[in-house]
Amino acid sequence: MSRLATGGLVDRARPLSFTFDGVSYSGLAGDTLASALLANDVRLVGRSFKYHRPRGILSAGPEEPNALVELRTGARREPNTRATVAELFDGLEASSQNRWPSLKLDALSVNGLVSPFLGAGFYYKTFMWPAGFWEKLYEPVIRRAAGLGHAAAEADPDHYEKANAFCDVLVIGAGPAGLMAALAAGRAGARVILADEDFLPGGRLNAEAVEIGGKAASDWAAGIVAELSSLPNVRIMTRTTVFGVYDDEYGAVERVGDHLPVPAPFQPRQRLWRIAAKRTVLAAGATERPIVFGGNDRPGVMLAGAARSYANRYGVAVGSTVAVFANNDGAWASAFDLAAAGVAVAAIIDIRREVAPSLMAQAKARDLRTILDGQVTGTAGRLVGGELTGISVRANGRNETLACDALAMSGGWSPNVHLTCHHRGRPVWDASIAAFVPGGTPPDMTVAGAARGTFALSGILTEGARLGAEAAGDLGFTAAALDLPATKDTPAAITAFWQVHGSKGPAFVDQQNDVTAKDVGIAHKEGFRSVEHLKRYTTLGMATDQGRTSNVAGLAIMAELSGAGIIETGTTIFRPPYTPVALGALGGHHRGKDFRPTRLTPTHGWAEERGAVFIETGPWLRAQYFPRPGESDWLETVNREVKAVRASVGLIDVSTFGKIDLQGPDAGTFLDRVYINGFAKLAVGKARYGVMLREDGIVMDDGTTARLADDHYVMTTTTANAGKVYQHLEFCLQVLWPELDVTLASISEQWAQIALAGPRSREVLAKIVDAPLDVSNEGLPFMGAVEATVMGGVAARIFRLSFSGELGYEIAVPARQGEALARALMAAGEAFGITPYGTEALGVLRIEKGHVSGNELSGQTTAGDLGLGRMASTKKDYIGRVLAARPGLADPDRPTFVGFRPVDGAQRLRAGAHFLPLGAPADLAHDEGYMTSVAFSPHLAQWIGLGLLKNGPARIGERVRAYDPVRGGDIEVEICSPAFIDPEGSRQRV
Amino acid sequence: MRIPCPYCGARDSAEFAYLGDATPTRPDPEAPDAQDAFHDYVYLRDNPAGAHAEWWYHAAGCRRWVKVERDTLTHVVSQAQFAGGAE
Repeated sequence: MSRLATGGLVDRARPLSFTFDGVSYSGLAGDTLASALLANDVRLVGRSFKYHRPRGILSAGPEEPNALVELRTGARREPNTRATVAELFDGLEASSQNRWPSLKLDALSVNGLVSPFLGAGFYYKTFMWPAGFWEKLYEPVIRRAAGLGHAAAEADPDHYEKANAFCDVLVIGAGPAGLMAALAAGRAGARVILADEDFLPGGRLNAEAVEIGGKAASDWAAGIVAELSSLPNVRIMTRTTVFGVYDDEYGAVERVGDHLPVPAPFQPRQRLWRIAAKRTVLAAGATERPIVFGGNDRPGVMLAGAARSYANRYGVAVGSTVAVFANNDGAWASAFDLAAAGVAVAAIIDIRREVAPSLMAQAKARDLRTILDGQVTGTAGRLVGGELTGISVRANGRNETLACDALAMSGGWSPNVHLTCHHRGRPVWDASIAAFVPGGTPPDMTVAGAARGTFALSGILTEGARLGAEAAGDLGFTAAALDLPATKDTPAAITAFWQVHGSKGPAFVDQQNDVTAKDVGIAHKEGFRSVEHLKRYTTLGMATDQGRTSNVAGLAIMAELSGAGIIETGTTIFRPPYTPVALGALGGHHRGKDFRPTRLTPTHGWAEERGAVFIETGPWLRAQYFPRPGESDWLETVNREVKAVRASVGLIDVSTFGKIDLQGPDAGTFLDRVYINGFAKLAVGKARYGVMLREDGIVMDDGTTARLADDHYVMTTTTANAGKVYQHLEFCLQVLWPELDVTLASISEQWAQIALAGPRSREVLAKIVDAPLDVSNEGLPFMGAVEATVMGGVAARIFRLSFSGELGYEIAVPARQGEALARALMAAGEAFGITPYGTEALGVLRIEKGHVSGNELSGQTTAGDLGLGRMASTKKDYIGRVLAARPGLADPDRPTFVGFRPVDGAQRLRAGAHFLPLGAPADLAHDEGYMTSVAFSPHLAQWIGLGLLKNGPARIGERVRAYDPVRGGDIEVEICSPAFIDPEGSRQRV
Repeated sequence: MRIPCPYCGARDSAEFAYLGDATPTRPDPEAPDAQDAFHDYVYLRDNPAGAHAEWWYHAAGCRRWVKVERDTLTHVVSQAQFAGGAE
């Protein structure tokens, strides 16, 4: 066990058991999986992506490139999670990835032996020939060998949800800068959200053995957190990563249940937040960089700051004998802290010739060996598992080997500038800290602390307090100056240093993608200069860690090779997300049938009772047909329903049509301008069929509009275009003709509407209307519209309309009365065998009658194409009139609406079949149009169709080929009138 | 992106439907060159990199058409007013 006897922010009274690769271990509450593995002396945790090299834990945070593991099993199995941020829970099952047959003995580690062939751009070079082998052989093999983890095969059983938050000041990161910023803004009274990805706020304060205000830094942090928690205007969101800056808002993901075996009842696994903040203080800290030298990827080699995190926060010694290798002062603290915890320190190796005397004094006081002007040139490790056993050091021209089982390295710290770049801010190089610092920021964001390149603790606290107060002050809050706690700054000098030249073995720049310094050299030799090209060619900085620990070293080595300098070489652009975000969180509840809301008609329950089969029409579920016992297929059912309507009476819910209320003295004028035909002179109490065009002359929609009063019309639209038409009308009214005094309201949801059709429909209607309404042909003639009451006082609008060609009515009642209306009509029609019908029968009825519908209103047809050209008024302007007259749209040769029947009455028609002259070849030059709608007509006992045919109406009686190569159809059809039933329209007028 | 609706206040752009360029005005249908003018009105659009006046419809809000001045490079909305101007 490497758990130290004392110390750390773990709860020693709460042991947690977990397994890794099937072996049981014990950790403590407050551990991450990584700290618990290290506490159990598990150093080897994975195999590398390409070469299957043994890898351990490099970091103690979200930047981890190596320690990617699968968590949980079964449906909750989750690959590629970083052990360094996975919060330990009792019963956690974790396993290593990308190894076969086992982690210790990996068969594919021979990839390392053939590494010369797997270098930069190997995808592009090695597997070029023969071309056909790529898909069949190379890619599958590579994918198997170079994989990450495996996702669960079953559907994710957990919920994910989305939420919105609003605040005055968003503080990202709860380290020293973030805590001070939140405190300053919070005390001033601003609404503050403090978000931190960790489960324990405090940031590096929890990992460093420093004092603030006379207390341990972690205790001081806990005190600030306690005060913030007591402020009602401050919200602390832990386990919450702000991953992206978007327009006017931030994206964040809260891991609500990731630290639990299963999410708590009624809680999601993760919650996606959209945070709208007036001001933001980014206090995201900094990330330590490794040094590039041979064998730097061995388990046991880790970041110096991570070694301190494990010691100070988790009470874990990362080794029994530790060496430190650095180019900066901060890393020396790792040796001091570990020595204080009783761990043996082999040496502090610093590339610099001189360091601050205070550091030397501290080393001397602890009796630690220091090697200045020294470099680590290689590592040695166990034969199986590869764990570090020693390092080679070159100093003063001498080489020596040191035995150690952990090496804490530091190449300096890179400010976490990522979020400052999401609006194209470009980081700038600051040579004094050998790092990129924020260049521009998104609007209303300031950057505090290490994220800005301020590394001295007193400076960080001051800056956080100042920027928090400024953010609140900007918004009108009065922020009193905070008392800054006393603290002692540790030295933080650095000398830029990237790679050890002349070291032994592959020197990794990007450990996640197995990119070495040599690969960067190859890319440079082959002419790649731009860092963006370097990234794509070598894969440096790709994948789950996005080069958090490797980008700067990679571009610095490129700069060294090209002699261009780091400033000229530049850095790749950081884009959201900052860390990987589960697709489940982005999808939230919008999955499966909940991808979008399902709309139910007012009579849905009634239709369900009657055994209806439903079909999706846009967002709606509508009854498609109502099968009865004994009916063998849908066609038999639909035929029965169609015949019942024409013979007696049927009903269908048409509530899905868009319904728009238009009121005002200019309503008639307005309708005249949006419909091609006239409405201003429509008599009160009458309805009229109307067609509206888009401004480009193509038909937009059709429907009936009734006039209920001089200044009151009610329009219906097709189901599909309800929203679009309403939006269009509002545009016309608000933008084009604001002078018209008309007010619109969508009343689609307010009114249920049921169509009653068939020769007996009047008798049925008569039974449900309240006296004294006269529904006779004289009292309510064809195209009549009347406001009345039905069923004993229920407000209703009754329109005498017909889509089927039969005597028919549409009865609208308040939506909540829709189901009662259906039941009342069924009862009233019982004697006539009233038959509920669905959308299939509705379609057959309208095709028999030759009415156009959605298939014909395809967004490509003009009123003329649909045989409706004569409706167009010549006495007024209307939307689309001018452009509908363009030669191309007015061409008489355009495919025009007609009917079709198969010459051989037994043959079936297919919608989508194209028309060709008889004997003509099936090519585009001879294409004359296509079939838009077909149905089996039970009245004609054959298939009938509607379609658009070149010059169609002039060719009635001719025959053409209906050619359907997709379904193998090629039949002769006769052109006929689209009105198959009652062409005179007498049945609807009785 | 958030759009400052003059009636509803700053709202998420997801509540709005986008139409496009608000600069063209519907030509006089009776003018002798009406067909050409309408062709330009319907089809020809500038695609400026920078300030752009555009129509957004607050479909999930007050159902008003809002003329939004937006910078297409930064998405910064500098102005938003109803079709009929300030109210």
